[in-house]
Amino acid sequence: MSTTVVDQTTPSPVARREPPRTPSRTGRAGAIWRHALALAQRSLIKLRRTPEALIDVTLQPIIFLGLFTYVFGGAIAGGSQHEYLQFLLPGLLGQTIAMASVSLGQNLNADIEKGVFDRFRSLPIARSAPLVGAVMADLVRYLILFFVTVGVGLLMGFDITTGLLPVLAALALSMGFALCFGWISVYVGMKARTPGSVQGIMFLIVLPLSFGSNTFVQTSTLPGWLQAFVKVNPITHLVGAVRGLMIGGPVAVDLMWTLVWMAGLLAVFFPLALRAYRRPA
Amino acid sequence: MTYAIEASGLTKRFGATQALAGVGLAVTEGRVLGVLGPNGAGKTTAVRILATLLQADSGSARVAGHDVVRDAARVRSMIGLTGQYASVDEDLTGTQNLVLIGKLLDLSSRGAKARAGELLEWFDLTEAAERTAKTYSGGMRRRLDLAASLVGRPSVIFLDEPTTGLDPAKREEMWDVVRRVVAEGSTVLLTTQYLDEADALADEITVIDRGRVIAHDTPDGLKHLVGGQRLRVRPTDPRRAGDVAAILADLTGRTPETGLRGELTVRVDDDSSLPDLVARVRDAGITVHELSLHLPSLDEVFLTLTGRSADPGTLTDDEGAAA
Repeated sequence: MSTTVVDQTTPSPVARREPPRTPSRTGRAGAIWRHALALAQRSLIKLRRTPEALIDVTLQPIIFLGLFTYVFGGAIAGGSQHEYLQFLLPGLLGQTIAMASVSLGQNLNADIEKGVFDRFRSLPIARSAPLVGAVMADLVRYLILFFVTVGVGLLMGFDITTGLLPVLAALALSMGFALCFGWISVYVGMKARTPGSVQGIMFLIVLPLSFGSNTFVQTSTLPGWLQAFVKVNPITHLVGAVRGLMIGGPVAVDLMWTLVWMAGLLAVFFPLALRAYRRPA
Repeated sequence: MTYAIEASGLTKRFGATQALAGVGLAVTEGRVLGVLGPNGAGKTTAVRILATLLQADSGSARVAGHDVVRDAARVRSMIGLTGQYASVDEDLTGTQNLVLIGKLLDLSSRGAKARAGELLEWFDLTEAAERTAKTYSGGMRRRLDLAASLVGRPSVIFLDEPTTGLDPAKREEMWDVVRRVVAEGSTVLLTTQYLDEADALADEITVIDRGRVIAHDTPDGLKHLVGGQRLRVRPTDPRRAGDVAAILADLTGRTPETGLRGELTVRVDDDSSLPDLVARVRDAGITVHELSLHLPSLDEVFLTLTGRSADPGTLTDDEGAAA
């Protein structure tokens, strides 16, 4: 057997020079935040390398906006495509936010499959940090979604009838909602066997929620049993609040229910996702 | 003696499969333990338990003096793990991979970059530092993976099958890398399916099979147990096999066995007969396709060990290895 060759020219990168780190009790929240930021940065680097991963927050809302405005606009809203665009745009924001959450779970599922998360699990960081980091990075995608949808809407003739502050409130509310709703996708991503099945399961959740709402038509036009579903649907409340904030109308009740739903989704799916993340072998 | 890793009675069941059925092992500080076993023996499960990725159903383990369940966070701050499947992020460059780990270990931005540069240089990856890991060869990925596990200067390093899937030249290269890491004084637990790899790198070898420890010894002790090395000769002309057999029998005093492809194999106690064999074969005018001296394969080790497992005198059982 050949003898050990030790490279003398470079300093030893292995030997310990300092005493072992011990996890400090103080500044724990700060540490989670720092680690999650570092991991969010990783997700963003990956996003920059694969711009096609932005299709669901760029091309998709544009196509939906055009398709629904010009195909259905004439038949709905008394034949006025402009009227329908006013109604539709806040609704589409809600729907595309729900749809854009699908890729979050898919990416996490793929990461786990590839073993990258084994390394994170073996590091002295909070167990929640990789998941929180992934959700934080997704905020960039939701911001793109919001500005693309509103920007293209404005070009198509969408009127913001309220003002800058209400629109900023709508932005904040939809971003907050996206960050809470995303935990459903994280949970499914932890539980499903393959990235493909994450997509399948998520669409079963997202499609009824986004179509079975006030996104495309007024709730009052629906049969009674469906109205019962639509009226508790979180997407309905988000869309209702955003609609009010952009084109006027009542906001308070929908805003309150949206916030309740956000708290509820976070309270249920954050711990579920974390438990599922700790679990797999 | 101070053990950097000590485990006893580890069991783990996945559904109907009993992955570990009471594994005990111990590694003295600064030494290298090779955990040898076939696919499915429970090597990876044991490593994952010791590296706090998995909890055992029963049994206990301490790594760097801390309990892997109660003090998992402290254990994590002392270990480095290189998995069976290189767990580098393919979409990140070599530098980005290492800087990320550095930041997660609370190095400053500048500190993480400096550390990344140092490790990339040490592992001969400086030229590839700014390329995404996707473009790396298998050997480069393994080196980057190993580098990533060293960012935090761990005192205990787990290497789970570091060379599985690499071609022979890359394997040798990886062995050199592992030797350099070992020379720095870290404690290493290395799993492998190859006796020659354990022999090349480890101070002691624990052999596990179907979730149990079936032997624990030094490499020399284990080789002695299994019967040393094998000389193998495959003559170009199969009709000369008889002549080769006669030479081998004369040199070693043992009757060679004939394999499927006409190769002749005979046990030897050391490598001193190799030069004689070469000379005698040449003098007899025999050309050969293959003439080699090799260690017993894992198959041969297992045949011997399971064949003799009734004899407790030569084998160390679980309790013995964990003591």
